[in-house]
Amino acid sequence: MIPLDLVTALPELLLACLAMALLMFGAFRGDKATPTVLLLSVVTLVVLIGLIALGPRGEGTAFGGLFVSDGYGDFMKVLVLVGSATAMVMSLRYFEQEGVVRFEYPILMLFATLGMLMMISANDLISLYLGLELQSLSLYVIAAIRRDSLRSTEAGLKYFVLGALSSGMLLYGASLIYGFTGTTSFETLADVFAESAAAGHGPPLGVIIGLVFLLAGLAFKISAVPFHMWTPDVYEGAPTPITAFFATAPKIAAIALLCRVMTGPFGEFVAQWQQIVIFISIASMILGAFAAIYQTNIKRLMAYSSIGHVGYALVGLAAGTEEGVRGLVIYMAIYVIMNLGTWGCILCMRRKQIMVEDIDDLKGLSKSNPMMALALGIFMFSMAGIPPLAGFFGKLYVFLAAIESGLYTLAVIGVLSSVVGAFYYLRIVKLMYFDEPAEAFDRPIGREMTVILTGTSLLILLFFVVPGPLMSGAAAAVSALFAG
Amino acid sequence: MIVQALAFYLFAAVVVGAGVMVISARNPVHSVLFLIVAFFNAAGLFVLMGAEFLAMILIVVYVGAVAVLFLFVVMMLDINFVELRQGFLQYLPIGGLIGLILLIELLTVLGAWAVAPEAGVVVGTPMPPPDLTTNTQALGEVLYTKYIYLFQAAGLILLVAMIGAIVLSLRRREGVRRQNIGAQISRPREAAIEVRKVPSRSGI
Repeated sequence: MIPLDLVTALPELLLACLAMALLMFGAFRGDKATPTVLLLSVVTLVVLIGLIALGPRGEGTAFGGLFVSDGYGDFMKVLVLVGSATAMVMSLRYFEQEGVVRFEYPILMLFATLGMLMMISANDLISLYLGLELQSLSLYVIAAIRRDSLRSTEAGLKYFVLGALSSGMLLYGASLIYGFTGTTSFETLADVFAESAAAGHGPPLGVIIGLVFLLAGLAFKISAVPFHMWTPDVYEGAPTPITAFFATAPKIAAIALLCRVMTGPFGEFVAQWQQIVIFISIASMILGAFAAIYQTNIKRLMAYSSIGHVGYALVGLAAGTEEGVRGLVIYMAIYVIMNLGTWGCILCMRRKQIMVEDIDDLKGLSKSNPMMALALGIFMFSMAGIPPLAGFFGKLYVFLAAIESGLYTLAVIGVLSSVVGAFYYLRIVKLMYFDEPAEAFDRPIGREMTVILTGTSLLILLFFVVPGPLMSGAAAAVSALFAG
Repeated sequence: MIVQALAFYLFAAVVVGAGVMVISARNPVHSVLFLIVAFFNAAGLFVLMGAEFLAMILIVVYVGAVAVLFLFVVMMLDINFVELRQGFLQYLPIGGLIGLILLIELLTVLGAWAVAPEAGVVVGTPMPPPDLTTNTQALGEVLYTKYIYLFQAAGLILLVAMIGAIVLSLRRREGVRRQNIGAQISRPREAAIEVRKVPSRSGI
């Protein structure tokens, strides 16, 4: 029985062992080993992507039902690993140029990634919490890794305090649910709720309160309104490649977890959580659209943009159907690619070796660096949801699912707020193409950046030509989630 | 039986009394000491319920580590607690009102509380009869078998906490003289002592 368990959780075990081995390597070699550690970390993540995507592994639960491995988990894990690996590659030059080389940060990113994989595979409230905490604790530390910078330490501290509060809420909710049902296992929870429903008594009050707290804790992790207030400050304060990491991988993991929890054990209570998700979704879309208009710092702008995107993605969950969750999965996949590309562009905003972060610094980029302006333009159009770019299809599927479930108000508000959001995305395009050039950014941007920017912009641009792999992958993943 | 009841009331009364003193003591050091008293008596309550492992953990972790940490913080940070308390009466009405509302809400929730009738059947790990095993043994039997995944995950979290503490606080300052015992004891005699002939009435 034990060896089978180990095979089911092979990617996680491998990642944990390699991360600890790299930690020892770094501890003995010192900070000068950072490039090697970073390279080996990226190799580790790439190997894991191969293992998950290609390796024949047993599906099903392991460790007495605490851990589950299925097609849905595999799909989301690949997304998380792509986000982590790309963010790691992008961080290579940044830390060298800023003169803060520390071998611990790739290792902490590996541990955060491990926590995300554990979250996606959680099949029990306890494993959910432990995965979440492993991820969050690593993120708090890497947000503050530039400990001599006031903004970075402030970001880390703010993230830590608010994150601890949200973990507390999540635990309180979990304990209420456990107190009512006497179990923490997702499968047993689903059975108990199904039996309760079959016996004819409605959803018990204690469980509903527990569910609300659980949702609040998870909404914090995906920075959905009204639990979003940490996002702009942390995104602005953390070192930029770390922010690129924050904006992609942890969001995927938390959204994947949210979907698994809501459709799995709480599948009986769609009517109860649907109204909460609808509220969170509307509030996030509206705040993301309006608050970003006044931002002058591009990192803060992207923070509000990510709040808005989480709102759009939750439209799919609010629909509560298989189509809705499929739309959400497609949305998040496209979101990762768009965001990695955009953050890659932001990382290239560097003048005389100093990072610049103002939107006005992008003025006239089309004259000084036409290729980068083209790439950033593609990402901005895609985020605004202009067809035929990928971002349009992401929005299309979630809104279609919402309309099919009869949530017309939600879909209409979503479309309207994406029109408002288009204003600030298109303003960046206008600055780049129609304004007088500001001073040019440093060149060259580096080979790895060129590869990332070219790759992501081609993916976004050409998605409509070959949408098949993503669509069928997402469909298979979500049908695995709903079958299980 | 009567002894047990008496012990319960004694422990319970001391816990409540010490709890009140924690928030009303003027001196913060006294507050922490009262907190320790409360922990000890809560541990006594656990022993009465037959949860001896939990009682010992409470003392080891809370008294041994957490309360001592509090004490350090209270003594190291020079916070003027008298000043902090100045607005107490001013804010009492609004604070009391919020507390009252919360209390009423909690009572409404708990009043309608019901455990699912199906819950008893599905309990994951049924408790072994207490007269057959001790707490510690019963926990140990599931901790390293059934819950090994969670145990290892908790270990990883602690590892990350350790890395984080080191990353964020360890500084190697230049110019600090450190003791190097190896260099000290491997120093040859010639490097340490010099024999000089001191001429009379002139010094070195």
